[in-house]
Amino acid sequence: MKTHIAHEPYAYPDARGYFGKYGGQFVPETLIPALRALEGMYKEAQQDATFGAEFTSLLEEFAGRPTPLTFAERLTSLYGKGKIYLKREDLCHTGAHKINNTIGQILLAKRSGKKRIIAETGAGQHGVATATVAAKMGLTCLVYMGEEDMKRQQLNVRRMEMLGASVIPVTSGSRTLKDATSEAIRDWVTNVEDTFYIIGSVVGPHPYPLMVRDFQSVIGREVRGQIREREEKDPEYLVACVGGGSNAIGLFSPFLDSSAKMIGVEAAGLGLETTKHAATLTKGTPGVLHGSFSYLLQDENGQVELAHSISAGLDYPGVGPEHSALKDAGRVTYVSVTDQEALAAARQLARQEGIIPALESAHALAYLNVLMPSTNADDVVVVNLSGRGDKDMETYGATGEGGRQG
Amino acid sequence: MTTSASALPNALKGGPNRIATMFADRKGKKVLALFLTGGFPHLGSAVEIVPRLAAAGADLVEIGIPFSDPMADGPVIQKSSMVALANGITLPLLLDQIRVIRRSSQVPIVLMGYINPILRYGPERFFDDAADAGVDGVILPELPLEEAARFREQIVRSGLAQILLVTPTTPPERIAAIDAASSGFLYCVATTGVTGVGGKSAAHDYVANVRAKARKNPLLVGFGISSPDDARRAASQSDGVIVGSALIKRFLEGETMEEVVAWVRSLKDAIG
Repeated sequence: MKTHIAHEPYAYPDARGYFGKYGGQFVPETLIPALRALEGMYKEAQQDATFGAEFTSLLEEFAGRPTPLTFAERLTSLYGKGKIYLKREDLCHTGAHKINNTIGQILLAKRSGKKRIIAETGAGQHGVATATVAAKMGLTCLVYMGEEDMKRQQLNVRRMEMLGASVIPVTSGSRTLKDATSEAIRDWVTNVEDTFYIIGSVVGPHPYPLMVRDFQSVIGREVRGQIREREEKDPEYLVACVGGGSNAIGLFSPFLDSSAKMIGVEAAGLGLETTKHAATLTKGTPGVLHGSFSYLLQDENGQVELAHSISAGLDYPGVGPEHSALKDAGRVTYVSVTDQEALAAARQLARQEGIIPALESAHALAYLNVLMPSTNADDVVVVNLSGRGDKDMETYGATGEGGRQG
Repeated sequence: MTTSASALPNALKGGPNRIATMFADRKGKKVLALFLTGGFPHLGSAVEIVPRLAAAGADLVEIGIPFSDPMADGPVIQKSSMVALANGITLPLLLDQIRVIRRSSQVPIVLMGYINPILRYGPERFFDDAADAGVDGVILPELPLEEAARFREQIVRSGLAQILLVTPTTPPERIAAIDAASSGFLYCVATTGVTGVGGKSAAHDYVANVRAKARKNPLLVGFGISSPDDARRAASQSDGVIVGSALIKRFLEGETMEEVVAWVRSLKDAIG
C-alpha cells in the first residue's frame, strides 16, 4: 500500500507570480503597471467583505450556485466498481463553469472603473459568460474568437451577439483560441488605460492564474462539503478535463491538502502518436506563451505547434502554470483521451444518465473507462461535468453521436 | 562555434561594444536604427540587406527573431514573421548569417525577439553564441525589468548589451530603475500599442519626461515612426529613432532594394 506524502502547506504562487518555476509576467512593459494595479486591487478585494458578499450573492442568485452533485447511479452500476458522482457545472447559468470566474473579474472591472471589457474565447463558453456579466453590469464587451472556432461554435456566437457583445473574428495563425488570445493581448496593450481584460482560464501573466483559480475554487469547496455530507469522507478520486485548466484547478485546489488522487484529462485529438493533439502536459516541454512560463507544445526551434482537438475549448497548445507545477510535483496525474473516446463517452452519459455533456467534459468522462476497473466498491470518484453539450450538437450530429444507433 | 574564447567578456575579445563605439562616434548627432525581420523577405536576405542599410545611413540594425505567436506585434511584423518562418529561418541560421555580415560590415547589430526560441536554444549558450557571431545586444520585449533581471548576468558576461524598454504607461520612478538596468541604449516606446501604426500616441511631453528620469543611456524612440516627418519629430527630442514596420512594409509591397535604400536615405536626411 502506498503511503501518502505529507503535503507542505500550499502557498503558491509566490509574490512574483511563480508556482515553483512556472508562471511569471512575460508581457511588454506597457502592461506592467496595469498588472500591478490589478494585483493590488485583487488583494484589497480579498480583504473587503463587501466584495466577497457581492461575489457570493451573484454566484447564488445569478449563476445558480451551489450546483448539485449528482450520483450517477446507472453509470456506477455499468462499471460495477466505485461510486461515480458528477459535479454539475453544466447547470450554471450560461451552461458551464466559466461564469464563476467572469463574475469575479467583472466585479474587479467595476472597482477599476474601466468601462470596456475584452475577452478571448475558444468554444465560446468564456465569451458567453463574459458577454453575460458585461450586459448585467452595463459595460461594453468585445470578444476575440478564431474564425475556425466561430464556424464550429455558431450557437455561442449568436448568444454573445444577442447579449450585446461584439464578436471579432481572428484570422491570424490557426484561427483558434491561441490566436484569439494573442489578438486580445494586442487590444489590451493598445487600450490598457480604459480596458479590462477578462481572461478565461488559469493562464496568462500573474495575477490571472491566481485570480481565476480562486474564483473557480468554489467548485471544489462545494464538492468537499457535498461529498462529506453524503459519504462522510473525502473522495478517493477527482477527474477533470484540462485545456487551459480552469475547471480542473477549481475542483482540485480545495483538495490539495487531502489524500484524493487527482487526474487531469487532456485532449489526445487523433492520438498522441500523431501531431494532431492538444496534450500539452503529456507531450509538451516548458516554454513561454501568452505571458507565463509553463508546459507548451513547441518544436525544436521553440516555435509553438498547433494543437488539435475536436473540442474547441481544449484546442490550446499551452496550459496554466499551476498545472505544470502540480505535474512536476506529482500531485496531479495528467492523462489524455482521443476525440473518438470523448465522443463515445458523451453518448454513454446521455444514454445512461440523461445528461448531454460538453465535448470538453466528455474527455474527463472518457477516462472512467481506464480508471473505474482499478477502483474498489467503496471508492468515491467525482467527475467535473464542466459544461453542457448544446453547443456541440452539430459535432455530435456530424459524427453520428446524435443518431439513433447504439 | 562555441569556443573557450566566447566565455570571455567581449571587451577582452575585441575591444568595446560596437553600440557604445557608435554612439561615441556620432558625437551627439541623431542616430537612425532600423529593424528587419530575420529570414525575410527571403531566407538569406539579412546578409545582403543589412550592409546595404548600413551604407544608406543606418547607424544600428535590429534583426528580429521570428516567432510563431508575436503577441506584441502589429500586422506588418506578424506577416513578415510568418513569411520568415515559412522560409525556414531558425536561430542557428540567423547567427550564421550574422557571421557572414561581420566579414564586410561592423554596423552594430542587435537581436530582438520573443524569449521562447532563446529558451529552447538554451539561454546561456545562446548569449555566448550570439556574441561570438558578432551580435552586440539583445532586446527582449516580453521581459519587463523583473523578468529581465534573471538573464542580466548571462547577457552581460557574454559581452552583450541588454536593452530595456520604457513605455508611455511606465511610472517615473520605474523609468529610472529601467534605465539603470539597461545597457547600450534605452528603447523609448512612443505609443501605447503593438508595433507599427495604430497605437495610441503618448503625450507630447512623454519623451522629455523620460529624458528627465533616464540619465544613463542614450534614448532611441520607436513604434509608429513611418515617415521622414515622424522621424524628424521623434529625433528632435531624443538621441535618435528606430524604424521597423514601415521598412518591412516596403519589402512586403515589393519595393526594390534601390527604392528602399533611397527611402532610408530620406529618413537619415530628415533627422539631420
